Amino acid sequence: MPDALPKRTITLTVNGKEHSAETEDRYSLADFLRHGLGLTGTHLGCEHGVCGACTVLVDGQAVRGCLMLAVQAEGRQVVTIEGLANEDGTLSPLQAAFMDNHGLQCGFCTPGILTTLTAYLRDHPNAGEPELREALSGNICRCTGYDTIVRAALAAARTIREGAKA
Amino acid sequence: MSSTAFVGQRVKRLEDPDLLTGKGQFLDDLKLPGMLEAAFVRSPFAHATFTEIDAAEARSMPGVIAVLTAKDLPPKMTGKRILLQVPHPQITYAVTQEPLATSEVCFVGEAVAVVIAESRHLAEDAAERVIVDWEPLPAASHCDAALKPGAPVTHACMTDNVAGRLSLGFGDVEAAFRNAAHVIEARYEPHRGTGHPMECRGVVAVYDLVSDAFRIWSSTQTPHNTQRAVIDMFGMAEDHVRVITPDVGGGFGPKNQVYPEELVIPAAARLLGRPVKWAEDRREHFLTTTQERDQVWDVSAAVDQDGVLLGVRGTLIHDAGAYLPWGIIMPYISATTLPGPYKLPAYRMAVTVAFTNLVPTTPLRGAGRPQAVFAMERLMDAVAQKLGLDPAEVRRRNFIQASDMPYDMGLTYRDGAPVMYDTGDYPEAQAQALSKAGYDDFPARQKAALAEGRHIGIGIGNYVEGTGLGPFEGATLRILTNGRVAIYTGAAAAGQAHRTTLAQICADELNIDVTDIDVVGGDTGVMPRGAGTYASRITVNAGSSVRIASVELRGKALALAAAKFDVKPEDVELTHGAVRIKGEQGDSVTFEELAKMTSGMPGYALPKGVKPDLEASGYFTPPQATYSNGSHVAEVEVDAETGQVKILKYTVVHDCGTVINPMLVDGQVQGGVAHGIGNALLERMVFDEDANPLTTTFADYLMPTAEIVPNCDIVHMESPTPLNPLGAKGAGEGGTIPAPAAIVAAVENALTPFGVRITDCPITPQRIVELISAAQDTTQEDR
Repeated sequence: MPDALPKRTITLTVNGKEHSAETEDRYSLADFLRHGLGLTGTHLGCEHGVCGACTVLVDGQAVRGCLMLAVQAEGRQVVTIEGLANEDGTLSPLQAAFMDNHGLQCGFCTPGILTTLTAYLRDHPNAGEPELREALSGNICRCTGYDTIVRAALAAARTIREGAKA
Repeated sequence: MSSTAFVGQRVKRLEDPDLLTGKGQFLDDLKLPGMLEAAFVRSPFAHATFTEIDAAEARSMPGVIAVLTAKDLPPKMTGKRILLQVPHPQITYAVTQEPLATSEVCFVGEAVAVVIAESRHLAEDAAERVIVDWEPLPAASHCDAALKPGAPVTHACMTDNVAGRLSLGFGDVEAAFRNAAHVIEARYEPHRGTGHPMECRGVVAVYDLVSDAFRIWSSTQTPHNTQRAVIDMFGMAEDHVRVITPDVGGGFGPKNQVYPEELVIPAAARLLGRPVKWAEDRREHFLTTTQERDQVWDVSAAVDQDGVLLGVRGTLIHDAGAYLPWGIIMPYISATTLPGPYKLPAYRMAVTVAFTNLVPTTPLRGAGRPQAVFAMERLMDAVAQKLGLDPAEVRRRNFIQASDMPYDMGLTYRDGAPVMYDTGDYPEAQAQALSKAGYDDFPARQKAALAEGRHIGIGIGNYVEGTGLGPFEGATLRILTNGRVAIYTGAAAAGQAHRTTLAQICADELNIDVTDIDVVGGDTGVMPRGAGTYASRITVNAGSSVRIASVELRGKALALAAAKFDVKPEDVELTHGAVRIKGEQGDSVTFEELAKMTSGMPGYALPKGVKPDLEASGYFTPPQATYSNGSHVAEVEVDAETGQVKILKYTVVHDCGTVINPMLVDGQVQGGVAHGIGNALLERMVFDEDANPLTTTFADYLMPTAEIVPNCDIVHMESPTPLNPLGAKGAGEGGTIPAPAAIVAAVENALTPFGVRITDCPITPQRIVELISAAQDTTQEDR
């Protein structure tokens, strides 16, 4: 093991704000967001890419924050749960639908589910239940049994089709 | 008389806004000035001894502050083990874990040292460089084999693996079997899984040298148990140890234990004079967080010519794992749960609890009940097969009737009180479930499907569950000087929405909105006594305490306002956050003004009739468990080629007494069924013959996903209990308990053409293909 761990400074945009910060090369994007930028809304559930809790949006695509290195996010646009609400701070249609439909219990997996569905509904506003269940199949929720999450996503899709932003 | 503007309504959760915007504060989100992070050095062997731990290289690594072994812990901890939660006279060797093992490890993952460093990354780097002179020993890898003569022993000091024996029952079992028209015998083997909350465990500890006090945050279901264990370990006074639960990302039972890390991290914080955090990762969770469900049931049922039960007898082997943090209470629950909703004239169960070199077992959503229900319901299906009866009809012939309530089973429950079913209508629950599931039409559906080459099946799971156990869970309510009402409770939430539920109960009594209430739970600093969130007990216990305290606080607010207005208390009434004189134009005083009145002015006497206590406390102590019940019906399709199971329809009739918030209870049931689907089809901790865990990622240990878990059709029956002021019973585990029984019965029913019998769970695709293949071989041999 070398005495000094390799580090570098990266510049990226997170939730619309540009950040320049130092990170160890080996840090995952999720660790960097949580510990480097203090954005602890992104959660780590397994750190081996299965549970989906750490999902964030990178250039609009849903990405596992535990499987991507922070240095790979250089120059990219990242959105986390902290950046999902409407600009005036009110809940987005998807967030509001989760509250209305009891789409969360402990709330630990919720950040990854909201980011996953935000990207999916943006691209598939007409999705039905089977498609939504497939879209959610990479996110593990231990509390809800998923049904209320699917109801919330369907409700949000209706709102989005009526013209609101995801 | 209170109104019910909130109780019984689908009130939206007070918890959600923060959790939906990333503002939750979970354990690993806590960041204190100067905080260090920990990584543990853990045993790679299921059983080994050691004498030396060489941490010289690790200590010299960048960012490493300390490496602690058992020898480095405070002298008060020497030779001490974690406090046993539930002692029992039948335990042969009441052994719990040491904070750090001193010379022997008994399962893979047991901690022997901890590295404290500037970051978790650096701590993990150093932990890899700690060298231990392991001497591996033979290991006991399965509870059945562990009890055979000559089996390797779990602890080197033992001569066998018996952790305890229990024998319980009632009636003349021998006569029942002598007089039986038919005897059905079977062996059932439910397997190990675990809770897997999406947030793993974790601890942050701060030691305050000035006041000799700990502040400990733990991702636990039981902050008061952690507090008790810390007090026991360090010999400190209660008010010097405060344990706080931050937002907790799920519990499901395993976070109901006190773990070594909850003692070692405080010790490190005190030794080093800096805050220390340890956040468990998922691999550690697979290795070290408690599990459950490995049991072996050898059971026989004696029935008459009509399939009416005369008696059940048998033996149960329960896998304790390497230690007994919760004693032997789980197999006790299993044995007392087995009779379920059926009239059983005679019963005898001999239980042997076996140590194995596996991570300890403790209550996991259902706590020994899913296995008991699996055994009993599979037995009922076997009776039906033997007698050529419909499985629903066999159950119908044996139900305890609503008119039999209260029904004394003839056993003593784990709370020391008789198993006395309080309320419920078991025949009606099954009838409604069958009706909702289209049970009567199923034979036609099955025939039509088979004609298309599709194998569909249906299965039933009935259960009765003792919930709402004591001793108590308290609540203190206070009207604050900002006009809001605070509820302080020992109850710690992990997703169940205690804030919302407790606020609903309080809001109705005080005639305010739920959003006017702040609920602070899971903090030993605000509530000196508490038991914990387990055994589906919080709504019953904390909810009843809130009700009791709300009634008292209501009286105090009315009396205070009456004194202010110089009228009789019956002449004032609560309006929204105020008290007013009854009548069209009566004066009113707000909660805020009342609270400020009770605060007084420096140096002045309080006004006549005013006391500085606009607060009330309640400690509801239930006399016994209250028994929830339900009926589940699963309809599945099995691909006989691949063994894939698809759940086509899942029906639940659920009776947890008075429902406080149907939205939340539906959520508990649906989530519980999902866990039960895992137990039925997917989740199994596999160990090799040396007791090494083979399933340590979510790629090996499969969790239920959105594509597998169907929308359950949930019907609530409400049989209020007279045992608490709410009429409520527990709802957190009932979704899980009968699901493996119902689903496995449905799979077996689907495979009727192959003559397959299923006696274990989870039933994986591979296992289904094996069973079909074995059944076909048998059929060919028969020819």
